[in-house]
Amino acid sequence: MEKIFNKYKKEKYKYGFYTNIKSKTLPLGINSYIIKKISNLKNEPNWMLKIRLKAYKYWKSIRNKYPKWANLKYNKIKFNNISYYSGILNKNNKKIKKTFNKLGVPINNKKISIDYVFDSVSIKTTLNKILKKKGIIFCSISKAIKKYPNLIKKYLGSVVPYNDNFYSALNTSVFSDGSFCYIPKGVKCPIELSTYFRINNGLIGQFERTLIIVNDKGSVSYLEGCTAPIRLKNQLHAAVVELIALKNSYIKYSTIQNWYPGNKNGKGGILNFVTKRGICGKNSKISWIQVETGSSVTWKYPSCILKGDNSIGEFRSISFTKNLQQIDTGSKMIHIGKNTSSLIISKGISANYSKNTYRGLVKIEKNANNSKNYTQCDSMLIGSKSSAYTYPNIISKNKNSIIEHESTISIIEEEKIFYCNQRGLNNEKAMSIIVNGYTYDILNKLPLEFVIEAKDLLNIEIKNSIG
Amino acid sequence: MLKINKLYTSIKNKKILKNINLNIKNNEIHILMGPNGSGKSTLSYTITRKPYYNIIKGDIIFNKKKINKLSSDKISKLGIFLSFQNPIEIEGITMLNFLKNLKKNIKYKKILKYSKLLKINLDNLHRFFNLGFSGGEKKKNEILQLLILKPKLIILDEIDSGLDIDTIKIIFNILNYYFLNNKCSILIITHNTNIINYINPNLVHILNKGKIIFSGKKKIINYIEKYGYKFFNKKRICI
Repeated sequence: MEKIFNKYKKEKYKYGFYTNIKSKTLPLGINSYIIKKISNLKNEPNWMLKIRLKAYKYWKSIRNKYPKWANLKYNKIKFNNISYYSGILNKNNKKIKKTFNKLGVPINNKKISIDYVFDSVSIKTTLNKILKKKGIIFCSISKAIKKYPNLIKKYLGSVVPYNDNFYSALNTSVFSDGSFCYIPKGVKCPIELSTYFRINNGLIGQFERTLIIVNDKGSVSYLEGCTAPIRLKNQLHAAVVELIALKNSYIKYSTIQNWYPGNKNGKGGILNFVTKRGICGKNSKISWIQVETGSSVTWKYPSCILKGDNSIGEFRSISFTKNLQQIDTGSKMIHIGKNTSSLIISKGISANYSKNTYRGLVKIEKNANNSKNYTQCDSMLIGSKSSAYTYPNIISKNKNSIIEHESTISIIEEEKIFYCNQRGLNNEKAMSIIVNGYTYDILNKLPLEFVIEAKDLLNIEIKNSIG
Repeated sequence: MLKINKLYTSIKNKKILKNINLNIKNNEIHILMGPNGSGKSTLSYTITRKPYYNIIKGDIIFNKKKINKLSSDKISKLGIFLSFQNPIEIEGITMLNFLKNLKKNIKYKKILKYSKLLKINLDNLHRFFNLGFSGGEKKKNEILQLLILKPKLIILDEIDSGLDIDTIKIIFNILNYYFLNNKCSILIITHNTNIINYINPNLVHILNKGKIIFSGKKKIINYIEKYGYKFFNKKRICI
């Protein structure tokens, strides 16, 4: 019995290890000196520093007005107890390679081009040769700031301005790294692009910045993955992701978020405050897919601004919470162009004492004739102590548009579990069949390479929420 | 094979079964009849150890092993199979994939063979489990799972209700074939007195208000048909 228990314990969060590695870490706290230092460490041009300082000035003015509207409870974040930069000294250190191997994302992967971000620094971007041939740029954002200043100046902050919200202001002032991708005219990216974010250092906050631009008739599929070691203290992660789909283009953005969720009593874990937004040009399409299982607190609303006529925005989400995890997630679809359509499918699963909230906004502007939205949000509760909430917000200023909203809440039926038990399947297997079935239509939209990974992740979650 | 001694049960403190004694030997077929709400399904759920079906006292013994405290998946693994009165639907998993979960290394060929025996529409194998299936299709799916799991004790909870004659015939042909070729016993819960046209029971029990009020040979079914269950309420009768 003891053995089984230990085995189970080990399986809890298998990415919770720490890599002991030398790195340059900035002292705790946030001020203009720290921001200058970050910019300096990254050899940034002066214009970038100016943007950072402008954002910091704004953030300082609202510092005490952090957003409280979400359905989340957590201790006030002490922004001066965080280090805003930690970069390893030697990017070729063997330990880095070992770490990513252990995480299941080996650096010599031949199928997917991956940007590896370790704490505040991008370590390496792989398979660049294949991409270069097609004229695709995929590199760390730090490199892009130096190498492609015109693109950065034009697009960084164009979808999520620094003063959009509390965390976008913070992110703009201190972001340390992230990915940049540019797909030129008419190019369909032949392989999956991906960024893997790893928080290793216990004192830092990770502030990543991702910018993806797809030009006319281009397309790309991008995946983001994340993990962090087990720690008893909360750690802050505040990212900003901007997608720009110019006319006739397509961006598919998938996330498998598996940050450390905290322990059974709700201690520790990542506080995940993310702003993700994309803008669609004429005839273009942005598709968000997310599988959210980690973090102790998640605040995240991947959104689409459907500016161009005939553009399409999609949001598909699976959020699984257990123990004392809290998720407040959903999407915003802003219809501006004519004949625009959007789809929101959200499936929440909450187990133990966790709290799972869907929050959405569908807004159809005056001139968005013949626009359509379909929203479906389903919640599944496991056990009697978990909770699910939905806050849909619908605003239509156009008479020729159609908005449909459906939502359901189901308690994982004991009848179904018993049926499976009666066929010799144990609780874990039974739950896995039912939950996999429930999330089937979303899992199937993930890039093929990640479907199994996501399924495994859900199965581990199920195992842990039963234990 | 299955022995129930002085069994008392309750659901949420409500007493349901009272002093049930039942002995189903190897290679026997028993039929359990009784009015609605008499506790027939409760008995089947108690044997298969469905949660909330509490045993107050008494024993359920399967092949000399007391199974009162086992979980329902363990009971299934011992070889007790319950065909549900209303099989559930599961979205997002095909019938075929569900069946593959039941037994390691089960071959597709075998599933196909059993499906053909049961005259199951093979397209159903690729549809979501029971989703939008007709009553008959769901019941055939139950029997298909039975053939895959090869149980020793089969409990059929109203396998015949709501089915057309052709489907009933198909199902009972296979059950009879299975019974003859495997060491097993069957407990049939039904409302249908015609059942004896399809299967030959060793004993028939009548359950009323949580008690087995009568057990006898096949012919008592004729009395049920003629006079109803009331006939057995009076203790003095003997057949």
